[in-house]
Amino acid sequence: MQTFIEDLITKNNYQATHLLAVLRAVQAQYHHIPKAAIEQIAKLLLIPRTQIIGVIEFYSFFHLTPRGQYELLISDSITDHMLGKHEMTAYIEQKLNVKLGEVRTDGLVSFDNTSCTGLCDQGPAALINGYALPHLTPAKIDQMADLINQQLPVSAWPKVLFDVKDNVIKSSLLLAHCIQPGEALHTAFKRGLKETLKEIDMSGLRGRGGAGFKTATKWQYCSEEKTDEHIVVCNADEGEPGTFKDRVLLNAYAHHVFEGMTLCAAIIGAKKGFLYLRGEYLHLYDQLNAILADRHKLGLLGQHILGADVDVDFDIEICLGAGAYICGEESALIESLEGKMGVPRNRPPYPVTQGYLGKPTVVNNVETFMAAAKIAVNGGEWFAAMGTEKSKGTKILSICGDCDNPGIYEVTFGASIQSILDDCGAKDVLGIQIGGPSGTFISNTELARKIAFEDLATGGSFIIFNNTRNILDIVNNFTHFFAHESCGFCTPCRVGTSLLKNQLDKIVNGHGSAGDVVALEELCQLVKTQSHCGLGQTAANPILTTLERYPELYQAQLKKISYEPGFDLDAALETARRLANRDDAAAHLTQVEEG
Amino acid sequence: MAKTIMIDGLSIPFEEGQTIMQAATDAGVYIPHLCHHPEFSPHGSCKLCTVKVNGRNCSACTFPAMEGQEVINNAKDLNADRQKITQMLFVEGNHFCPSCEKTGNCQLQAVAYHLNMLDDHFPLFYQHREVDASHADLLIDHNRCIFCTLCVRASHEHDGKEVFAISGRGINKHLIVNSESGLLKDTDVSAKDKAAHICPTGAILIKHTAYQVPIGERIYDHQQIDQVSLNSEQVDHDK
Amino acid sequence: MTNKIRVATTSLAGCFGCHMSFLDIDERILELAEVVVFDRSPITDIEHCSTDCDIGLIEGGVCNSENVHTLREFRKSCKILVAVGACAINGGLPAMRNFIPLEECLNEAYINGIGVENAQIPNDPELPLLLDKVRPIHEVVKVDYFLPGCPPSADVFWKFLTDLIAGREPSLPYELVHYD
Ligand SMILES: Cc1cc2nc3c(=O)[nH]c(=O)nc-3n(C[C@H](O)[C@H](O)[C@H](O)COP(=O)(O)O)c2cc1C
Ligand code: SF4
Ligand code: SF4
Ligand code: SF4
Ligand code: FES
Ligand code: FES
Repeated sequence: MQTFIEDLITKNNYQATHLLAVLRAVQAQYHHIPKAAIEQIAKLLLIPRTQIIGVIEFYSFFHLTPRGQYELLISDSITDHMLGKHEMTAYIEQKLNVKLGEVRTDGLVSFDNTSCTGLCDQGPAALINGYALPHLTPAKIDQMADLINQQLPVSAWPKVLFDVKDNVIKSSLLLAHCIQPGEALHTAFKRGLKETLKEIDMSGLRGRGGAGFKTATKWQYCSEEKTDEHIVVCNADEGEPGTFKDRVLLNAYAHHVFEGMTLCAAIIGAKKGFLYLRGEYLHLYDQLNAILADRHKLGLLGQHILGADVDVDFDIEICLGAGAYICGEESALIESLEGKMGVPRNRPPYPVTQGYLGKPTVVNNVETFMAAAKIAVNGGEWFAAMGTEKSKGTKILSICGDCDNPGIYEVTFGASIQSILDDCGAKDVLGIQIGGPSGTFISNTELARKIAFEDLATGGSFIIFNNTRNILDIVNNFTHFFAHESCGFCTPCRVGTSLLKNQLDKIVNGHGSAGDVVALEELCQLVKTQSHCGLGQTAANPILTTLERYPELYQAQLKKISYEPGFDLDAALETARRLANRDDAAAHLTQVEEG
Repeated sequence: MAKTIMIDGLSIPFEEGQTIMQAATDAGVYIPHLCHHPEFSPHGSCKLCTVKVNGRNCSACTFPAMEGQEVINNAKDLNADRQKITQMLFVEGNHFCPSCEKTGNCQLQAVAYHLNMLDDHFPLFYQHREVDASHADLLIDHNRCIFCTLCVRASHEHDGKEVFAISGRGINKHLIVNSESGLLKDTDVSAKDKAAHICPTGAILIKHTAYQVPIGERIYDHQQIDQVSLNSEQVDHDK
Repeated sequence: MTNKIRVATTSLAGCFGCHMSFLDIDERILELAEVVVFDRSPITDIEHCSTDCDIGLIEGGVCNSENVHTLREFRKSCKILVAVGACAINGGLPAMRNFIPLEECLNEAYINGIGVENAQIPNDPELPLLLDKVRPIHEVVKVDYFLPGCPPSADVFWKFLTDLIAGREPSLPYELVHYD
């Protein structure tokens, strides 16, 4: 192990910022991070061991205790549930002889839940040693069981098991016509970089990651910072349950994305760029690096790009995450890039003035960079001609849930929900989760509403539920998701998301009484208004948006009594009953007083 | 003319680069806080210091004072939220004040008194947490840690060490210490360190000093935390 | 007599410290007696609450099945239910057993402990069974007011009761709020 780690650290140039990459390699090799490894890494990277332990315990994909040689994680998103996650879980437990959350006694397999893997259009999905397994079926599980029993390395497994589909169904401005590698940069150099920024400004392009900040303004602010060490970061953390469009863009349109990043670098004067790729998209890592190598050969990256009059030097490095939704938040992402726990920073200062290692940094979504590249080629007018007043152009949606054709749909901003439902073949609709759990749940009476920053904003998640679905199950899944993903930095979210989870469980499980919905709503408001970052501020949205639309649904769960305990009273006597060997009437308690 | 902000209708002068908390403290205005300490870089995690700045919630301990700010601090709704946040800290840990050496001198307790907190409001978590009594002079009772990171910052910024750190995610956050064994006795901490004395709660205690001050003479027996805090922190800030 | 305010008190998993502290109101108890009559209470030895008590003061947390029944009787009989003292409010010192599995506690006490003779976990049906955790009373029934302290001082009781009796919303000034 000692030489393995020495080599690894050498390969990472003794950079403490590369801690996640180092730990990913150790976890892959040893299926946990051994104590001795922590000590050695601390010495070689000159960082305290506490930083390493902190990082291991922060990210879901790192472990202090051994997992199986085959680490199997099943996606626990609501869409996976709808596609049979529970049945597959039971089948896996039986076939592989391992309980969810455990390591098999022979140490060969471990099995656990994981947050949405971004395969919502082809679930139920799983990860095996980090690699995406779409569309689980009993037949595939049988096959996997054989492969595992033969102890065949995952790299030698049949490729069909890992066949992730793009499912691009509707294309428009961005997806319809590909630009050639270098086309956007050529045009921009010819037009002039300042003029190109003006085109992007004119296009009205706003960030596609959710917040919708105007892209040209962000680039402008960053370029005004006086230093020659600007940074460009592409946010490909895509952790919002129900979103998978960035996966498709990076699989099928990676040149566009890298082109957009390089364009940004040229405009703001950056030499260094990062693609922060969520760990769940490990399957894209090698091919993306190959594309970067191609772009070097084409003179689109590296020194003096395209030999233009302005001397642009730019390189892109791909950094993998390790299972933490919060790392999609831009300042947490930057912390993660620096090799730390993904805890959101205090603002101000904003990343555009002090980002990665304190340097002015532009963070944009994958789709934003792609759109910028296309605007550089086609001009701002071309883009602004479509959309609404405040939402120009198109939005790429990841559509999943109850519809005939889940997949990628590029819709014009201003499109009505009804038109989108018609496009994808959704019938008997109960409601739609727009923008993922952190967004809004709308009911089937709101189908005339529009996709636009003015009305329903979304980073791309669009989950459809039909009338067979239970709203409280959905809300419960989302609420558990946030409690699991809270980074724990601030009190209202750290404690509040767990309290929300418990309070909702109490109501959903039928132990709620008169005051419990009011208490739930109060808690929602507290978490929403007092939390430090977007995660906590939106964690109560699933409850709040459904409580607003279906108050009777919550009320119906409540018992018509003034109070009921939140824990199971009779079960609390179980141990004592067993030890005293009693089962008489006095050895039991009713949950609420009778009579 | 000095720049000013308004806090609860009072005009408060500030210097460029000061946070709202610093400006308020200098002017003798108390903003409830637990993770803030004037000697260390701000952290912004406990959220007790949330104030409304031009209508928006901001952490006073991290947010820069800027000309023209209208700040609301001592308001009923804000204090109600602060009380709930304090209650969250109580139910998350295990705070049995009657058996805690820090009682009477504890900032968490004092803030709770100040906010007139009479109960825990939320269901208690009763999370199992350890006590590390391995060190000859110091003790860590994890049941009482509120993750303010003051010990982390004091060790790093003042003592020039890295004895403490916060690890884990979400509700599983916990304090860890920097030794191979994971025990305090094997770190380079000393009872003379600032970090050993900074804990606002009874999570880090100096051994053999318990209950030396009789009830009635403890820090918060007669003085509220707003006064105590201003008395020490205004001075701290000036030096 | 009938116009007097009916007060019931009990100790669940508590140490009677709160009751002792209540009695520390000393001669003021006479003043109180003019407007208050004690119902079920260790002070009166009345075994069950009358159905129309005005105020129920509960000391101690909920640690066994009998506590649950007593607490329910109080909730049913009292218009206003008050959690008195640290143990009623957050489980207090008895709740420190919550971090040790009940099985270990019982084994230590009745089987493996030093000096245990005739090792056996009691199974007499007359005995109440222990809950796996000690709970604050507001996790079992609805509670209207909380008087913190371990114990709350006599002045706390006095202030609270006189407020209530006078028809004021009870409140405790800074000096009276203590958790120890
Ligand atoms: C909890 C949380 C998760 C986020 N996840 C993502 C994400 O996965 N991808 C993304 O582009 N932006 C995400 N964001 C938004 C980013 O913070 C940031 O606003 C965005 O990357 C900026 O790029 P844009 O202007 O191109 O949208 C997230 C924000 C929060 C608060
Ligand atoms: S709101 Fe949640 S995710 Fe954001 S900083 Fe606070 S604890 Fe972390
Ligand atoms: S740390 Fe403070 S609040 Fe916690 S038990 Fe000790 S005195 Fe009470
Ligand atoms: S031990 Fe004390 S100082 Fe350190 S984080 Fe916990 S509460 Fe804060
Ligand atoms: S004092 Fe400001 S957040 Fe803690
Ligand atoms: S019995 Fe009164 S405080 Fe414990």
